[in-house]
Amino acid sequence: MIVATGVHKRYGTLDVLKGIDLTVQRGEVTCLIGPSGSGKSTFLRCVNRLERIQGGRLAVDGELMGYKTKRGRLHELREDEIAAQRAQIGMVFQHFHLFAHMTALENVVEAPLRVRKVKREDAVAQGTALLARVGLEDKLDAYPSQLSGGQQQRVAIARALAMEPKLMLFDEPTSALDPETVGEVLDVIRDLAADGMTMLVVTHEMGFAREVADTVVFMDEGRVIESGPPDELLERPAHPRTREFLARVL
Amino acid sequence: MQPIDAVPVRRPGRWIAALAVALLAAAVVRSVATNPRFQWDVVGEMLFSDRILHGLVLTLELTVIAMVAGVALGILVAVARMSPNKLLAGAGAFYVWLFRGTPVLVQLLFWNFIAALYPTIELGPIHADANTLITPFMASLLGLALNQAAYMAEIVRAGILSVPEGQAEAASALGLSRAQTLRRIVLPQAMRVIVPPTGNETISMLKTTSLVSVIASSDLLYSAQLIYSQSFQQIPLLIVVCIWYLAITTLLSLGQSMLERRYGRGVARARRETKPMRLPNLAVAR
Ligand SMILES: Nc1ncnc2c1ncn2[C@@H]1O[C@H](COP(=O)(O)OP(=O)(O)OP(=O)(O)O)[C@@H](O)[C@H]1O
Ligand SMILES: [Mg+2]
Repeated sequence: MIVATGVHKRYGTLDVLKGIDLTVQRGEVTCLIGPSGSGKSTFLRCVNRLERIQGGRLAVDGELMGYKTKRGRLHELREDEIAAQRAQIGMVFQHFHLFAHMTALENVVEAPLRVRKVKREDAVAQGTALLARVGLEDKLDAYPSQLSGGQQQRVAIARALAMEPKLMLFDEPTSALDPETVGEVLDVIRDLAADGMTMLVVTHEMGFAREVADTVVFMDEGRVIESGPPDELLERPAHPRTREFLARVL
Repeated sequence: MQPIDAVPVRRPGRWIAALAVALLAAAVVRSVATNPRFQWDVVGEMLFSDRILHGLVLTLELTVIAMVAGVALGILVAVARMSPNKLLAGAGAFYVWLFRGTPVLVQLLFWNFIAALYPTIELGPIHADANTLITPFMASLLGLALNQAAYMAEIVRAGILSVPEGQAEAASALGLSRAQTLRRIVLPQAMRVIVPPTGNETISMLKTTSLVSVIASSDLLYSAQLIYSQSFQQIPLLIVVCIWYLAITTLLSLGQSMLERRYGRGVARARRETKPMRLPNLAVAR
């Protein structure tokens, strides 16, 4: 579903991603772990082209993100073509970023109405069902400021799912939450995994990674250090940097 | 429960100040009511006279059209200023610099004399004599609206900058276009910051329209001036003008607080029941 080869990303003179090779299989959950500043969020944002890359290739579902190839040359996509690519990839942020002037339901139906041009009654029916699925059927008309962090994050997940994405990206979805609400959000993600959703999850929740991930990828200083099934990578890391990191967080 | 039956703190300073204000107010009211040169009978007679009402209508038209055009153009200028395209951004900045940097009175005079610069105006198929196209009313509108757009651009820009970046980012991640993101997500939230100063700008615009009397646009003030140039009843007519300006500004202030409540939706819910701020009671700290 995601194929990244040699992805480079620079901010000014700062090399943040120094050649990322990473593959995410359809229907699999991949957890991305690594120390702060290692480039996890940056990579995630490159996947849906919130950031452009300076080198390498990044394809989602066989399509290069942000470019098309014509007669052997890369051509940049127009803004609306990039928007169409993004619309198929759901993203959930650490700080939710719910639209503050809209109710939970309005947040969820906005993109289906404007981007997929779904009829209002269909969008509302779908949005109501999605909010019920994340356990918020009684909060349809609540504004984000009236919801707890865990509830806001569940609305954010429903909002992303409303676009019927083929891939979901999560950037530390539980890092901004109170410990007692972390569980409710992880439950929703676990549920999605069971449904076969392809997901790339940046997380510090090692227990969650071990339980849900098919593959865990360890990143440090803009490189993938190693990757593998969770019980292997988390129990018997091959690389000393991985061992050092795990010793600190576990 | 034991009732609290305490002697309140005495505040002689406040009493003396209140007394002084009351005395002063009484003196002013007495003088205003008894000085025959105010000619209150003329005020009453002229308040609803045809020429004054016509002037009032023109003043209101100028205010509304100049404000609407100023806001629309201001949004465009603000968006241009914030564009990643350097040329657009520079053009926006130049616009604000030019129209904010010169007095609106001078700009009004300029538009009034535009025929000296361009005797005929050609816009594609439209071909017109500048003197017939740029009437005093058109010159007034151009001067007021273009100047207002420069101020509105700054207000809109501040509003857009007040919306956290994550909002636009979440919208793009969902596949909304830049135009949709601006219209549906960013601007509605920027309104909370844009509306209060725009209300002030509208009130200010209502009064600024009186400047058009210098280019013989028959607004409220100019109509009054025309009347008193014949009847020599300057004071009562200026009072008539003030009464109308006060009445309209009062209405506008009411409208403004209603709009502010509407655009506070979702954010700052607790602030809906704000009370007007009072100076802190210094005595409490003792
Ligand atoms: N917009 C930006 N401009 C300049 N530098 C940036 C920008 N965004 C991120 N960086 C830098 O890129 C590096 C990687 O940041 P990134 O947010 O991807 O790390 P991360 O692995 O997600 O860390 P964390 O666990 O703290 O979220 C950091 O050194 C950061 O300072
Ligand atoms: Mg991060």
